Amino acid sequence: MNRREFIKLSSLLGAGAAVSPLLLTGCSAHPLPGSGQVSRTPTFCDMCFWKCAGFVYREDGEPWKIHGNDNDLHSEGRLCTRGTAGLGNYEDPDRLQKPLLRVTGADGRQTFREASWDEALDFITGRMKSIAENHGADRFAMLNHGYGAHHFSHLMRAWGSGSRAEPAFAQCRGPRDVGFKLTFGEGLGSPERTDMEHSRCIVLIGSHIGENLHNGQVQTLANAWRRNATVITVDPRFSVPAGKSKYWLPIKPGTDLALLLAWMHVLIDEGLYDRDYVQRHATGFEQLKEHVARYSPEWVYLETGIQPELIRTTAREMAASAPATLIHPGRHTVWYGDDTQRSRAIAILNALLGSWGRKGGLYIQEKVRLPKFPLPAYPKPKSDFRAAHGARYPFAYKGVSNAIIEASIGEDAHYKGLLVYGTNLPMTIPGIRPQLKAAMDSLELVVVVDTMPSEITGYADVVLPECTYLERYDNLRNSGERHPSLALRMPVFEPRHESKPGWWIARELGHRLGLQKYFPWKDYSEVLDWQLKQVGSSLQEMQKIGVKNFPRTRPRYFVDGQPVQFRTPSGRIELYSQQLADQGFDPMPEYTRPQQPPQGYYHLNYGRMPAHTFGKTTNNALLFQLAPENTLWVNPLVASAQGIENGEYVRLANPDGIISNRIRVRVTERIRPDSVFMAHGFGHRSRRLRLTHDVGADDSELMTNVKVDPIMGGTGMRGNFVTIVRETA
Amino acid sequence: MLEEILVTARSNPHVDPVMHVWGWEISVYLFMGGLSAGIMFFSALMLLMKKDRETPFAVNGLALPGLVVLSLGMTTLFMDLSHKLFVWRFYTTFEPTSPMSWGAWILVLFYPVAILQVLSTFRKGYPFLAGLVESLPLVGRLFDLTERYRRLIAWLAIPIAVGLGIYTGILLSAFSARPFWNTGLLGPLFLVSGLSTGAALTALIARQHTEKRLFTLIDAGLIVAELLIVALLLINLATGSRPQLEAASMLLGGSYTGWFWGVFITLGLLIPLLLEYFEIRGALRNLAMLAPVLVLVGGYVLRVIAVDLGQETTWINYESEFNTQLLERLH
Amino acid sequence: MARYAMVIDTLLCIGCGDCVVACKTENKVPEGLNRDWVVEATRGTYPNLTTEFRSERCNHCSHATCVYMCPTGASHHWQDTNIVLVDPNKCTGCKACIAACPYDARLVMHPGGYIDKCTFCHHRVEKGLNPACVSTCPTHCMYFGLLDDPSSEVSELLRTRNYKVLAPETGNQPNVYYLT
Repeated sequence: MNRREFIKLSSLLGAGAAVSPLLLTGCSAHPLPGSGQVSRTPTFCDMCFWKCAGFVYREDGEPWKIHGNDNDLHSEGRLCTRGTAGLGNYEDPDRLQKPLLRVTGADGRQTFREASWDEALDFITGRMKSIAENHGADRFAMLNHGYGAHHFSHLMRAWGSGSRAEPAFAQCRGPRDVGFKLTFGEGLGSPERTDMEHSRCIVLIGSHIGENLHNGQVQTLANAWRRNATVITVDPRFSVPAGKSKYWLPIKPGTDLALLLAWMHVLIDEGLYDRDYVQRHATGFEQLKEHVARYSPEWVYLETGIQPELIRTTAREMAASAPATLIHPGRHTVWYGDDTQRSRAIAILNALLGSWGRKGGLYIQEKVRLPKFPLPAYPKPKSDFRAAHGARYPFAYKGVSNAIIEASIGEDAHYKGLLVYGTNLPMTIPGIRPQLKAAMDSLELVVVVDTMPSEITGYADVVLPECTYLERYDNLRNSGERHPSLALRMPVFEPRHESKPGWWIARELGHRLGLQKYFPWKDYSEVLDWQLKQVGSSLQEMQKIGVKNFPRTRPRYFVDGQPVQFRTPSGRIELYSQQLADQGFDPMPEYTRPQQPPQGYYHLNYGRMPAHTFGKTTNNALLFQLAPENTLWVNPLVASAQGIENGEYVRLANPDGIISNRIRVRVTERIRPDSVFMAHGFGHRSRRLRLTHDVGADDSELMTNVKVDPIMGGTGMRGNFVTIVRETA
Repeated sequence: MLEEILVTARSNPHVDPVMHVWGWEISVYLFMGGLSAGIMFFSALMLLMKKDRETPFAVNGLALPGLVVLSLGMTTLFMDLSHKLFVWRFYTTFEPTSPMSWGAWILVLFYPVAILQVLSTFRKGYPFLAGLVESLPLVGRLFDLTERYRRLIAWLAIPIAVGLGIYTGILLSAFSARPFWNTGLLGPLFLVSGLSTGAALTALIARQHTEKRLFTLIDAGLIVAELLIVALLLINLATGSRPQLEAASMLLGGSYTGWFWGVFITLGLLIPLLLEYFEIRGALRNLAMLAPVLVLVGGYVLRVIAVDLGQETTWINYESEFNTQLLERLH
Repeated sequence: MARYAMVIDTLLCIGCGDCVVACKTENKVPEGLNRDWVVEATRGTYPNLTTEFRSERCNHCSHATCVYMCPTGASHHWQDTNIVLVDPNKCTGCKACIAACPYDARLVMHPGGYIDKCTFCHHRVEKGLNPACVSTCPTHCMYFGLLDDPSSEVSELLRTRNYKVLAPETGNQPNVYYLT
């Protein structure tokens, strides 16, 4: 609203206050929010991986609210549901409070006892040293998620370990980034380089932006709707974006690759692709043309259930808006085990439309050239994460988390120690619980660093309570964006209880391990201040502004006529991948028909709900109040066939006999009759998560049929089937 | 198919999942209010009609229980307030659009008149008690004074009693947001029901046979009138807007059917009417206590149904995607 | 009466609930209470479907039955606007206003015993700011402003777009508009 509209009213306010009945009656005052002493401190969010910058407000010293930083490119000044609820993490009464050590009681039962930081840290470094002496420092691995992991990967590298992995690779983005690297020589970054703010046509295929709240994506997609851009959503479920799209293609689960190939077929067959762009930048077009010739819309209709005419129409829509057409690469792409190939198909489709490097397609990101704090070089580790999976997964350019767990099982296992930072493995990796348990039995040391008593803490020898992002410094945020930009995370509050910032924990461990030269600072703010001064800012300045934007130094899009060097072996966009062929994989994506559910079983579709970041936020009281559980979406036909009522609690069983926790049924038309759907992140077993404990079902535990992507080791999760078990009680 | 649901959990106390801001306290208050209006009305009417001999209890004894009943109702009304320290706020303003504000002020008028009524009939109605208190200073003179103006007091009491009786119905019917309440028939229904319970109470307590018989006769007439109004109310609902139809269906074949037809209509109106018919014809004397008790029970059940069902009828009602009982974990 | 309106574009709303959290934190709403909420309405049968999301709250009605029903004047229109507020120091907790709201649960019980509700963040409005929900919404699907000003964004939207209000048949003249 317009500031001018209020002048009259504000001037009236004084008069209103003078006749307040408070004075007449002596009634208690009910002060309006913000009428006390208000202060604000910058941060960037840790509620998910988007890392939006904002300000934390306090009123009279008490936590009040968090609001986006207007200068922040990730959030454009607006935090999402979870970011707005960040104080709930800080205030969570279930937070880890003190270091915990596993002890065996006289009765043989293992429990945790509280320990001092000194005792816990000495215990860890003692074991780390003994592993290093007996096996080598490289036998200590780390599995992590979240920005605070920087401090610990620094520690690991200084110690001589090269084995780190985040589930974000093999359980999420890996196939996509590998597929795009193979095609364009680069991945997509995070936030992704999607230029939706300028797109005239957007294709979402299995990506439900809006149900996930990837802030910048949500905002730019909303703007695309506002601009009446053509949005084409491919999803078996009537997702939120499907409901706002010009075209919704309710595809049969698992047949997306066929549709992508059919679109290529139409673009090439009808001559709609960007001929000039392809000639200029790509290699392998002729092979591709021949390859997709057999994927006619008519043939693909039989697989996908999408009418040939609709396939043609949507392909023409894409071409009409190209190159401002984005085939969205998605993010969570581990579906059916052929995911790198499907991501390749998406990359190729973008190439045919000339979208990569073009306005409205996929732009060129730029970071700040931020010097690293001067430290000695890391020692070369004797082995790295590849030791976990050997010759398998040749294109895994990052650690495969499940492979590291598997390589931790048994007497002769490669890994002897494990540091888990900020990732709740049992609910993150599909069907991993048995292996995880076996690994934990074999490992000589398991350390968990977390803020919450999530399930993984139950597997640890030592649990270290980190303070939340609102109580600590972390590295500066320097993500590739539309402009180079830095953001500061700094302590808003003193760490609660005995929790400590990650940088402090890493430094203390480093000093005990004799790695003082890698940790020469007393306070991590020294590092940040030094770095900021190299780029013309300072910690003092950033503590006020939170975000500093810098001008671009190179263009955001390809410049017409200028040659482009792609970081592929051929230096061109590789429609045909010799790299894949050399390793014995299909050089161009091939469609394979997905497995169909057995009689009486349904596709287990899973996804996100906007209120939560997986299982990480379900115990946050603000978000728990918003969405306390996940529900099982069931089509009315299924409900009546199975005699299930809306609101009833049921369980799900998979063909391997795994039975889920109870989940509440939502009967809705938004789901196909051959599928059920639930949001991921519920069904916590940890009793110490008092709000979310035992609420809802956990999809990952039902995923015992994992389809591994042989190219990069991704764990495909969508080939799982479940049947509905009614509660007899 | 329309699926309209809350996708953010909402569990506001007393409004989710169905509205229930007013409980038994308000039902009791409305019942007691109607009953005391009926009592005051008959007490004053009989006095004005000079029926001292035929209905000695109504003329001289009824006012005291009326005052007690009203005070009980006022107590439960006060119990319902959730911000009790501020109850005096009713009397720092008069809000003409608010029936509750009217009610608050009507009670201000009712109370003194009811007290005067008691005083003016106390010596005859409760000679033993009067003898006890008359030794106190001024009390005797107070009795003398009020007795002198007892007809004037009765004249004042009639409109106030009618006003209170109608008010208890209008209080609810003024809520346009609650389609079941929002009918002009609720005022007359509550008035007639209040008079009927007042007559029944008199018939129950009075000792003299002629008085019992007269009030049984009056009550039978009022029950017939009440049945007619109920019929009109049902027709009104069943031919109304969507939320009114929903209310009708709750009565005619829903969660309130048993209470409405079984308890209120059958036990509270039809059976007493039948019993009263026999009683007037001189039969079934040993069941004489039963009819008035049933009428009183029926009167209370009417208030319970009206208060509870009325709150549930609404223009907008959403189901929740989530089981909001989970939110109890917050406490 | 100056008329403030909230205009919500259901074509952009994704039902994320950020408005609800923003309200709770901005206004320090006690745990377990809601001054706003999100409704999803899905029509049709698979695959011929439409879904609409609506962020709902007090409609700050021009003809506010809750204000009319209040026996003490605690429920009132703020400074000759349509913004409906409750003065806790006048509220007896009689709850007539709750029953008087045709939108059900427009007002909620504060643990302190008085009635609490959406205030359109008048403490922000008087500083020239939008209500917390509006200024937080990540899809920018919510708008706020004066209807009396024909050049305001809300006036412009209502002039150029299709819209509806909730239960207009109640006659309450609500001031939260939904673009469709």
